[in-house]
Amino acid sequence: MGIEPGRLQFSWISSAESTKFVEVVNEITTVIKALGPHENFVKREASIA
Amino acid sequence: MLSYIDKIKEISRRLLKESKVDMVIGFRKGTVVMMNEPCFVKTVADVDKLVWDSNCGINLANYLANRTEKIGIVAKGCDSRNIVTHIIENKIKRDQVVIIGVPCKGMIDRHNIEAMAEAEIQEVIETDDTIQVKGAGFEKTLDKKEVLQENCAICVHRNPVIYDELVADEVKEQTDVDRYEDVRHIEALSPEEKWDFFEDLLSTCIRCYGCRNACPLCYCPTCFVDESRPQWVGKSQDSTDIRTFHFLRAYHCAGRCTDCGACERACPMGIKVRLFTKKLEKDCLELFDWEAGLTLEKRPPLDTYRPDDPDEFIR
Ligand code: SF4
Ligand code: SF4
Repeated sequence: MGIEPGRLQFSWISSAESTKFVEVVNEITTVIKALGPHENFVKREASIA
Repeated sequence: MLSYIDKIKEISRRLLKESKVDMVIGFRKGTVVMMNEPCFVKTVADVDKLVWDSNCGINLANYLANRTEKIGIVAKGCDSRNIVTHIIENKIKRDQVVIIGVPCKGMIDRHNIEAMAEAEIQEVIETDDTIQVKGAGFEKTLDKKEVLQENCAICVHRNPVIYDELVADEVKEQTDVDRYEDVRHIEALSPEEKWDFFEDLLSTCIRCYGCRNACPLCYCPTCFVDESRPQWVGKSQDSTDIRTFHFLRAYHCAGRCTDCGACERACPMGIKVRLFTKKLEKDCLELFDWEAGLTLEKRPPLDTYRPDDPDEFIR
């Protein structure tokens, strides 16, 4: 729908795989930090002219 | 296709007279042109209300969910596929329905025809291959093939896939159609272009939920858009809310949508909402070799696990 590649990721992590969870979270945060804040899909307060 | 009506009436009369069904769900003439209405016929005397022409684009499977009566139902190819989906999803039992199958030759696109007319259309007269429209000061004869609903023009399942009686011989299925030209076009856009494309597509949506209401798949007791505790999606006209509604609606139809076109037909703003569901339909076909509603024997892709799933992360 117009979300940059990399911003949305899927993984399958069992509740027993705590190290994998940490790895995945770290990896995703790095990728997303590099992408910067998403500007489009944001609901803004109505601005009054 | 116009000649089908005699047979539809004959079967309906017989089913009601012999008490095989409590009601027959079919179409009656609508109060506005090109908009036939669903009609629940409960007595033999009412059978004459039934009509059949190229304005029967509503999906009648929408009226089956959770019913307890025995029902005769008039079903085009797409309706029959949604009936299969209902049976798979336990919304109706197979032995509760007598399916009156209609080999379909396509329904006409009211949005398109209205756009072609110079003024309000007051009368529409059809023959097997022409549509004549009349209004104040104008009259036009159109080739029916040229004004079919988009989903009908690219339909590859015109014959009912499940039925108890058929009102006529099967029609020839179309084979040389390109079903996904528009989806491929969107897929090829860059993320920014996609964003703008959908922004533009949805810019006129008034959130009337006509598209959802017309869809046989949308039978949840409380739709996520109506829920307020918790409120999953904002109820405003803000474009983020509109977009959330549309993408979620489409995802709820993934692997289930038959591209019957009822949603698009219902939209008062003429928004091409099928573009969302068609992408998912294309993915289901390409990734899982799945077309919704063709068989009672197989489970749909979203409620089965396959060790050869195309996505790496789930294997
Ligand atoms: S989403 Fe639209 S095309 Fe798909 S089944 Fe529902 S009404 Fe039909
Ligand atoms: S029917 Fe059209 S206007 Fe109404 S909610 Fe659906 S897309 Fe929006």
